[in-house]
Amino acid sequence: MQPELAQKLAHAVDSMPAFPKSVQKVIELTRNVDCTPKALVDVIELDPVITVKILRVANSAHYNLPKQVTSLGHAIVYLGFNTVKNLSLSIAAIGVLPKTNTADFDIQKYLIHSLSTATIAKRLAALSRQADPMDCFIAGLLHDFGKIVLLQFMPIEFKMALTVCKTDNIPFNAALIGTAGVDHALVGAMLAEKWRFSAELVTTIRHQRVDDLQDTGMTACVFAANQISKKLEIGFGGNHLFDEFPPSVKARLGGTLDESVALLGDMDSIIAESTLLAQL
Amino acid sequence: MRYGGNTTCIEIRTDNNELLILDAGTGLFPLSQSLLSEMPVTANILITHSHWDHIQGLPFFIPNFIPGNTLRLHGGFDPVTGKGIEQVMAVQMQYSFFPVREEEMKARLEYITLTPNIPHRIGSATITPCLLNHPVIDFGYRIDCNGKSVFFTGDHEPPYNIYPCDDRGYGEYQTFVDDRNAAIHDAMRNVDVLIADCSYTTAEYPSKRGWGHGTFASSIACAKAANAKILFCTHHEPLRSDAALEQVFQEALIESSSLCNGLDVQLAREGLTYEF
Repeated sequence: MQPELAQKLAHAVDSMPAFPKSVQKVIELTRNVDCTPKALVDVIELDPVITVKILRVANSAHYNLPKQVTSLGHAIVYLGFNTVKNLSLSIAAIGVLPKTNTADFDIQKYLIHSLSTATIAKRLAALSRQADPMDCFIAGLLHDFGKIVLLQFMPIEFKMALTVCKTDNIPFNAALIGTAGVDHALVGAMLAEKWRFSAELVTTIRHQRVDDLQDTGMTACVFAANQISKKLEIGFGGNHLFDEFPPSVKARLGGTLDESVALLGDMDSIIAESTLLAQL
Repeated sequence: MRYGGNTTCIEIRTDNNELLILDAGTGLFPLSQSLLSEMPVTANILITHSHWDHIQGLPFFIPNFIPGNTLRLHGGFDPVTGKGIEQVMAVQMQYSFFPVREEEMKARLEYITLTPNIPHRIGSATITPCLLNHPVIDFGYRIDCNGKSVFFTGDHEPPYNIYPCDDRGYGEYQTFVDDRNAAIHDAMRNVDVLIADCSYTTAEYPSKRGWGHGTFASSIACAKAANAKILFCTHHEPLRSDAALEQVFQEALIESSSLCNGLDVQLAREGLTYEF
């Protein structure tokens, strides 16, 4: 990635709005001085933009925390609930992601895809004991964060990539490289690294393609969850193609994509949970 | 006057007579008057956090108006506004709120934004900020000098679990809380003097949870866990009379008597000098 583009994208995230439902809920909850921390956490931990911005503050050099903050709960115990509350309120004040955009990308379906990937990744982590479930939830929620950044700041290239992906039947990341010169995995990982997110999270975002996977527990859970979400068409993240599990993921999760779906059991509850979360 | 009513301001002198001031509440005004006999003054003020009762003495710090003096203001970065410690002065010196603008001050003003756990040298003293728990970013400060040490909490409520016991998030959050409290005790480890926020009694605390203040019991427990030698209880609840303060203090000592063995616990009061 060109350094100028990297700088532009990193800078642009500051002015990036969050998802409409969570912004509405944050404003509603914070009007009440007695709003419980749990109620607010339940809302903000489901919004990729608010989550990214809060983790970025917690991991910033200003606070030199002894270890990387990988979850909202972890951020609250360091920064304090009121600081997190006011941060989320100032993020909410920036505004909301528009429901329609020039790229014709449905952000509600994107959110459902991210939330279902997060929920499935968490369950796979708990079942396989390959990684921390809550860290996998965050990684699943943020695995496609680069897409909303590109959607916001390179909408023409993003729209072209959506079309190319469909017409040429190629993966979305390949289409993005063709139109924008960079894919969402690189953008998301570049930002996560810049903001000192954990190395594991950066790796998972960066190496999410089947031909580029790193053999880690978190990557296996998030990659698998991403493919399951795409195969079952829970929401839509821009890519209609999914991949079967490569040997490294099979080995870690103990089976193929279909076997993992069977292991997860009641998919209806996962779908209902993700859809409900997206609607709040 | 027995305990005094000024807000937080604590003067520290090193063996070399370097001047450190913990917080700039209204107590800074009487302190600044006492400094007029030793000009030029270099005052190193360490701000725990930006709430009014910890900064409102700053515009009234008389040495600021006299050439030759230096004020070095130290404190943390505020993530909500994205500004460093210079903000606490800039906000108060807006012309609508104070007749003298910052640019018109005669003393040299310097701002040093500190980072938690990174020691900072002031003369012969080493200052180590520690992130504590309050509604805004709050630093406790450890000061080490010539083998002697002080820790001041500023306002601090020991972190607690935000989830009910039966919630799925309780277990994980509790591990964060336990780690945090252990790290805070480590930051205070073996200090000669601990000055801590003891705003409330145990009975008062449930209705004040989340306000960012400690209790006598929580601070005594903290002092014991950190192996502090003496604890000064401060940030007295402003609605309490002197008599009421003494009464709740005595009750708190009885409540925590099992922890007070080998620990000297005293009430802080205005004008108290402690030399060690």
